[in-house]
Amino acid sequence: MANLTLVQAVTLALIQEMEKDERVLLLGEDIGLNGGVFRATEGLFQRFGGDRVVDAPLAESGIMGTAIGLAMAGLRPIPEIQFEGFMGPAFDQLTNQAARFNSRTRGGITCPLTLRVPVGGGIHAPELHSDSPEAIYTHTPGLKIVMPSSPYDAKGLLISAIRDPNPVVFFEPKRIYRAFREEVPEDEYTIPIGVARTVCEGDELTMVSWGATVVQCMNAIEASGKSIELIDLRTISPIDIDTVANSVNKTGRCVVVHEAPKTCGLGAEIAAGVMEHCFLHLEAPVQRVCGFDTIMPYYKLELDYLPDAQRIGKAIAETLAY
Amino acid sequence: MPVKTVFETKIQHVSILDELGNFDEALGGGLIPDEDVVAMYKHILVCRRFDEIAFKLQRSGRMGTYPENRGQEVPSLAAAYVLQKKDWMVTCYRENAGLFWRGLPMEKILLHWMGDERGNHIDECNVTPLAIAIGSQMLHATGLGWASKYQKNGAIACTFFGDGATSEGDFHEAANFAANLNLPVVFVCQNNGWAISTPTKVECSAPTVAQRGLAYGMECVQVDGNDLFAMVRVVKDAVENARKNNRPTFIEALTYRLGDHTTADDARRYRDADELAMWEKRDPVIRLRNYLEKRDLWSQEQEDGQVALAETTVAAVVKIAEEIDAPTTNDIFDSMYEGITPELQKQRQTLRTSSLGQDPSQVPAKSQEGAVQ
Repeated sequence: MANLTLVQAVTLALIQEMEKDERVLLLGEDIGLNGGVFRATEGLFQRFGGDRVVDAPLAESGIMGTAIGLAMAGLRPIPEIQFEGFMGPAFDQLTNQAARFNSRTRGGITCPLTLRVPVGGGIHAPELHSDSPEAIYTHTPGLKIVMPSSPYDAKGLLISAIRDPNPVVFFEPKRIYRAFREEVPEDEYTIPIGVARTVCEGDELTMVSWGATVVQCMNAIEASGKSIELIDLRTISPIDIDTVANSVNKTGRCVVVHEAPKTCGLGAEIAAGVMEHCFLHLEAPVQRVCGFDTIMPYYKLELDYLPDAQRIGKAIAETLAY
Repeated sequence: MPVKTVFETKIQHVSILDELGNFDEALGGGLIPDEDVVAMYKHILVCRRFDEIAFKLQRSGRMGTYPENRGQEVPSLAAAYVLQKKDWMVTCYRENAGLFWRGLPMEKILLHWMGDERGNHIDECNVTPLAIAIGSQMLHATGLGWASKYQKNGAIACTFFGDGATSEGDFHEAANFAANLNLPVVFVCQNNGWAISTPTKVECSAPTVAQRGLAYGMECVQVDGNDLFAMVRVVKDAVENARKNNRPTFIEALTYRLGDHTTADDARRYRDADELAMWEKRDPVIRLRNYLEKRDLWSQEQEDGQVALAETTVAAVVKIAEEIDAPTTNDIFDSMYEGITPELQKQRQTLRTSSLGQDPSQVPAKSQEGAVQ
């Protein structure tokens, strides 16, 4: 057991899977000697060598597209895209190629790869270093989308992602890369993809979130003094709507919190799921506390954009009073 | 001297059997055994028949859109002839001749254009399914070559694309990765002069497309793509460079599609009749037949026999393709993921996306009674 940050848990998962399985190799920008811009691959180049920790040319489509070829040949590549804002150039290879190969070849070619991408705001970064595009990729059949909210989850979910036979996008919330430490077992363990976690139980209201905003939700719940059930989705696609629905059927109230813009965000999908499964149990309209429908502002205003405990707290009070 | 030349280069054009029948013995003598030339000529006749019948299947409503291959048989066939079984062939969609030579069952290509994904399920040989999005496949080839190097299995990857595809960013990223990471990849550009209606000069204003590879520090060569001997020569060199040195090569094969872009296209809208007539004279079938007849390797009798055989072969393939049971609706869901997801399972079982349709037990008892009344 070690007391690790989220980014250290990511590194530990990578090391353990690379030691266990020679098919696993990493490719990305600055991941070699430099250890990645967030140091997620710190020491791996020295430990595993340049054949398994490969500094790629600065080309995201190239990273994604060659990872597909590596996966097609039976390897388990883990490409890294440095920031979520740079996923644009890789979009075609990710959504039109990796996500579709299994189906368009009727199972002939699979793409078992894990795309690691630091995601989200809150670290005072430059433009296009702070976005939350998870909904865009959730709307792409064929991909699995995972986002941990803690060091423990990061290790267990990443190992599951690497072993999953499908292409998985593993979003790492950079705001909590080093925000806190947690006991993370040295031994390997997995956390199943597609299963949400009930962070705390409650009977007055259900709150649903994932990634860095889970921490904001916990703060808001503590400040409210109310009995609130918090669900961390862990996996965004496939979404564990049953866990959410079971909770809302108990509490009758639901607030969804995410950093991404409101319109067509995952909150809309969750609200629709709650409507479908909890209609007669609802005591209040499902509320969404999200990023605004604007582009992510530069960092001077990023805290005005990101949902915080105060905004979440207001939504809790309003929903309970409805 | 303040100004000096720091880099100079030349692009070589390789031709062995030209359209007039001249044969360069120094370059081509002993390159391909006579029986192999005959076999490849016979193969091209089968591919021609396949193309003709595929076109007719589309025109008679038995198949969807189809891109004619006619005129461009040589580049992919020459590569398939040179490649080993363990190598990867990563194609676009005008490489039937090479795919069939490698052992892809011909009905798979028909199934693909008949709108059936099972045509893309290929277990028979190391080829990837037809790539419809232009330029998308070159990075996969680069990754496959990379995997071979990583696995130290001695295999290489050979990828095909058109002149238009060299405008796509993915071409440049693939070339850059292959060259800088020292990967065993052969890039074969089938320059047929047109990207649908857009002439090559809009895609590339340099004197040759071949020189695009130079910018990435790889070997480059231009070749007469309708010359089987020249194609085999340059592919052999490129494959050796990949296999022995882990270095990529860019081959620009000058060729021409004698048909339209696809059955949905009418090339008369943008191509001169004179240009077409000129390229019809350069047809690889004419050239190869003359070569074989001049050397007493082929006769009219053999020609008649092979044409008849091509007809029966292709007719049998069409029969196979048309008699395959129709796909089932379940096929839509079954390979979306390895292991179906819960929501997809519901959609598959009920063929409904509405939640009440998926789970009628959700309707409260009162409403159900109302519905009954």
